[in-house]
Amino acid sequence: MRLRFSLGRFLAVLSKEFVQMRRDRVTFVMMIGVPIMQLLIFGYAIDSDPRHLPTLVEMGDEGPITRSILAEMETSSYFDFQGVVTGPAAGDRVLRDGTANFVVVIPPDFERDILRGLSPDILLAADASDPTAVGGAAGAMTAIVNNAIAASMTGPLAASTAGPAPFGVVVHRAYNPEGDTSINIVPGLLGVILSMTMVMITAVAIVRERERGTMETLIATPVRPLEVMTGKIAPYVLVGYVQTLVFILAARLLFGVPFTGSTLAFFVGFNLYIVVNLSLGFLISTVARSQMQAMQISFFTLLPTILLSGFMFPFAAMPGWAQAIGTVIPATHFLRLIRKVMLKGAGLADITGNLTAIALILLVVVAVAIRRYRQTLD
Amino acid sequence: MTDAPAITVTGLTKRYGGRAVVDHFDLQVPRGAIYGFLGPNGSGKTTTIRMMCGLLTPDAGKGSCLGFDILTEQARIKERVGYMTQKFSLYEDLTIRENLDFIARMFGVRDRRNRVRAALDDLGLADRATQYAGTLSGGWKQRLALAACMIHDPELLLLDEPTAGVDPKARRDFWDEIRKLSARGVTVLVSTHYMDEAIQCDFIAYIAYGKKLISGVAREIPEMIGLYTYRVTGNDISALEARLRQEEAVAQVARFGAVLHVSGTDKAALDALAARYGKDGSHRWERKEAELEEAFIYLMGGAADNFAGAAS
Ligand SMILES: Nc1ncnc2c1ncn2[C@@H]1O[C@H](COP(=O)(O)OP(=O)(O)OP(=O)(O)O)[C@@H](O)[C@H]1O
Ligand SMILES: [Mg+2]
Repeated sequence: MRLRFSLGRFLAVLSKEFVQMRRDRVTFVMMIGVPIMQLLIFGYAIDSDPRHLPTLVEMGDEGPITRSILAEMETSSYFDFQGVVTGPAAGDRVLRDGTANFVVVIPPDFERDILRGLSPDILLAADASDPTAVGGAAGAMTAIVNNAIAASMTGPLAASTAGPAPFGVVVHRAYNPEGDTSINIVPGLLGVILSMTMVMITAVAIVRERERGTMETLIATPVRPLEVMTGKIAPYVLVGYVQTLVFILAARLLFGVPFTGSTLAFFVGFNLYIVVNLSLGFLISTVARSQMQAMQISFFTLLPTILLSGFMFPFAAMPGWAQAIGTVIPATHFLRLIRKVMLKGAGLADITGNLTAIALILLVVVAVAIRRYRQTLD
Repeated sequence: MTDAPAITVTGLTKRYGGRAVVDHFDLQVPRGAIYGFLGPNGSGKTTTIRMMCGLLTPDAGKGSCLGFDILTEQARIKERVGYMTQKFSLYEDLTIRENLDFIARMFGVRDRRNRVRAALDDLGLADRATQYAGTLSGGWKQRLALAACMIHDPELLLLDEPTAGVDPKARRDFWDEIRKLSARGVTVLVSTHYMDEAIQCDFIAYIAYGKKLISGVAREIPEMIGLYTYRVTGNDISALEARLRQEEAVAQVARFGAVLHVSGTDKAALDALAARYGKDGSHRWERKEAELEEAFIYLMGGAADNFAGAAS
């Protein structure tokens, strides 16, 4: 009886929120303007040179030259060998789900073919959907190969160093053949933009009621907390839709980012992500006392979202503690999800893990927010 | 139904940072009464009202409001109470009509459109219905807030300084309206700093430093305090005022223009004093009934002493 949800009151809060949103011109312009600005800034300006990228090896052959090459790759500090894979299917899988950035494929009879002067090729398969991660490492391969040749081609083999290179390296960039940075960074940017605006807007919209004193009038009416929460959050879900639409269009027109995956997967993913961010904003509003504080706390949550989610730096290359923090950030999971869907052609079945992770975070945030929300002025 | 009090609270206490800003407050408000709630700034009136309608949780004490427990049945209370906050707390970025409409929707008012239109007509704001509430003058904001808290025809009105900053004509209209509501059985608890409003109340409670000092039927209050008063007129009132303040028998001297109201609690001593000062003929000394105003000025002085004693 006391928990009865009134549709009438919910709709009243909702329409009031819409009217206020429409009248607050500056915020309204910001909601659309900021995403576009960020898209331009991040899309065009960011690059980096990460190291210690997880790498797996498919050992078709084994011998002194192979060992020398792998040792040299490890020394270069770009690659971090984490084990072996058996067969091309396994290699594709680890690249697709992001366990490794590289798979080095040593072809069968590699050592023998070198001795016979057949100049066999090593394949370096890279997940180029994150080109900042791959670019530097792939570029370093030439030097690595030369060092490996110098180190291993001694004694009877020395003769063959005189001629053409005894073996070659073929870099195969999966998912983003041109190694275009913006293609990877742009889908991730959707995660950052939504997080930034959704969290801040809800937190501020709710704290504003308390700061202006209107909360006192509001909670002196029979309105229930859930009606306030949903009524205030729902309009911003729509804002999230508009931002996403603007974003997708800009990504396509300005950066030519493809959209290869399932639309359904995308739809489910970004809706869940919007809701988790709005709930986070609601949680912040129960802590902040002024709009200024709400803004600062929201901004504070933005830092890990940008730095630790895998948006700026490859997640796999981060130290353990940073990964631990990153794991509880919704953006981390959304980033994996959106890259899979937009760049790797994933469908709903491929992203269930990411969806589950976001849903778990959502559950915790909502539980804490409702516990903290007070229907009094205390 | 009318027998049960509209509000009964006992031992109501609220602490902020260890300081009891409302301290074991007891009150009974009969149904249909106009109950005046008086006290100096910061004495705890707003805090008490908030606890009565479920906006603040008391640290101690219990009570009921319209038959519902103030600790557990706040939702029921809110449906039946109209609360007007001291500070304007409607939406400044919504229009007058939007504000009234929003509040009406929150209370699930039937026939909302007509009810809102009627409220606008009563206010005399029908032609300005699309003006933003934030652009109204201070007095008009008060009147709008009052209209908003009455839009759902509440059984109990909790009004926190509803007429602060309202012009005399509008204040008279407001009190006419309050009396009409009261005649219909609506209970009104109203805090105020105005004496001319206090005397319009059936009952009065006076609070200072979080403690209730006195409460009862309005016109009996001076008698309850036991205050005797002389009205003094004549020449050179200021010099006389200064001399009277030194006198033991005088508890309080209040000046109203060229008139002094001299009060004390010891009737015999005050009569003797009046006879002594009256002899030289330069001033006229007349006995008068002590009024609420003197009573409250006296209470305020006393409360300060109480508090100093309690604090040390
Ligand atoms: N949220 C709060 N935190 C700390 N102290 C508070 C809070 N609310 C009220 N107080 C203190 O409680 C005391 C009583 O305040 P209250 O607003 O109830 O007084 P009041 O009688 O309504 O005064 P006024 O006539 O000025 O409106 C004041 O000393 C005030 O500073
Ligand atoms: Mg007050």
